[in-house]
Amino acid sequence: MKLVVNTLLFSFLMSFFVAVQAGSIETHSFDDPKKEATYKQLIQELRCLVCQNQNIAGSNAELAQDLRRQTYEMVTKGATRDEVVDFMVTRYGDFVLYKPPFKIKTALLWIGPSLLLLLSLIFLVIHIRKRPKTAEIALDAKQRESVQDLMK
Amino acid sequence: MKKVYLIPLIFFILLAILLKIGLHLNPRDIPSPFIGKPAPAFDLPRLYQKDQRITSADMKGKVWVLNVFASWCVSCRAEHVVLSRFIRTHKVPTIGLNYKDYGTEEYGEDVLSWLSQLGNPYTFVAVDKEGRTGIDWGVYGVPESFVVDKKGIIRYKFTGPVTQQSVEDILVPLILKLREESAS
Repeated sequence: MKLVVNTLLFSFLMSFFVAVQAGSIETHSFDDPKKEATYKQLIQELRCLVCQNQNIAGSNAELAQDLRRQTYEMVTKGATRDEVVDFMVTRYGDFVLYKPPFKIKTALLWIGPSLLLLLSLIFLVIHIRKRPKTAEIALDAKQRESVQDLMK
Repeated sequence: MKKVYLIPLIFFILLAILLKIGLHLNPRDIPSPFIGKPAPAFDLPRLYQKDQRITSADMKGKVWVLNVFASWCVSCRAEHVVLSRFIRTHKVPTIGLNYKDYGTEEYGEDVLSWLSQLGNPYTFVAVDKEGRTGIDWGVYGVPESFVVDKKGIIRYKFTGPVTQQSVEDILVPLILKLREESAS
């Protein structure tokens, strides 16, 4: 009995989950699979500016819906990926892109990690080189003897 | 040689300073790509005179403000009082862009009651039912306000509600300065 109740409860809760999920996906039809691929790629790449850590594919915000509609309309009319990206960037700035373009402003973002790695490597090499090659701890006769003892 | 051990400490302090600055930045404040660029053209129906339209050309030669608002937007309500006072005191031509508001086919049940309740300071109210003009202006968080100069160039943008302090510190000096500039 308990199992039945649990199963029912589980499917009841799951049905909510599915309903919420379905809400964010519009069905768009494309005459050309290439356009569909462009559309799908674009909605993955474009950021929703309302819920800033989601792309417009994953967001259910009104703005994301509008931007998906805009993207769909442009793509079906034959716009290329770059044209749609340009359209969005002139309106929302580079922030709308999940992958920021390489500019002076974003240089640190792009080179930063490699630069940090390089600096740490240099630091490490210098540090290792400066370290004396042989152990400099001199043992006197008594210590030597106890070491010998320990090693027996 | 000993100084080498200070490097991580210095690094840590620098990082802490950066994080501290980051803590006080507003993540919603995304730099607008529009500052210094021509205001996007629009052609929209008016709220009270549905058969008439308002276009960007109608505002040529004026220093004007575009305020994006909606009756469903909570912080618009807070902003409205401050903005209305500013518009009336300085007689600023203002277009209220009613962004994706709810209502019937005859757009604007909600917005009409909102405006009659809170007062209508706008020179024109333009209806952007589908939010397309909103996209052209890069709107992502209502309320937003743009200051446009006589040549039709966007000179300033507020994302989020305009406060009394930003009216005094930014809007008023800016409007007075822009009015001095020539239109050609």
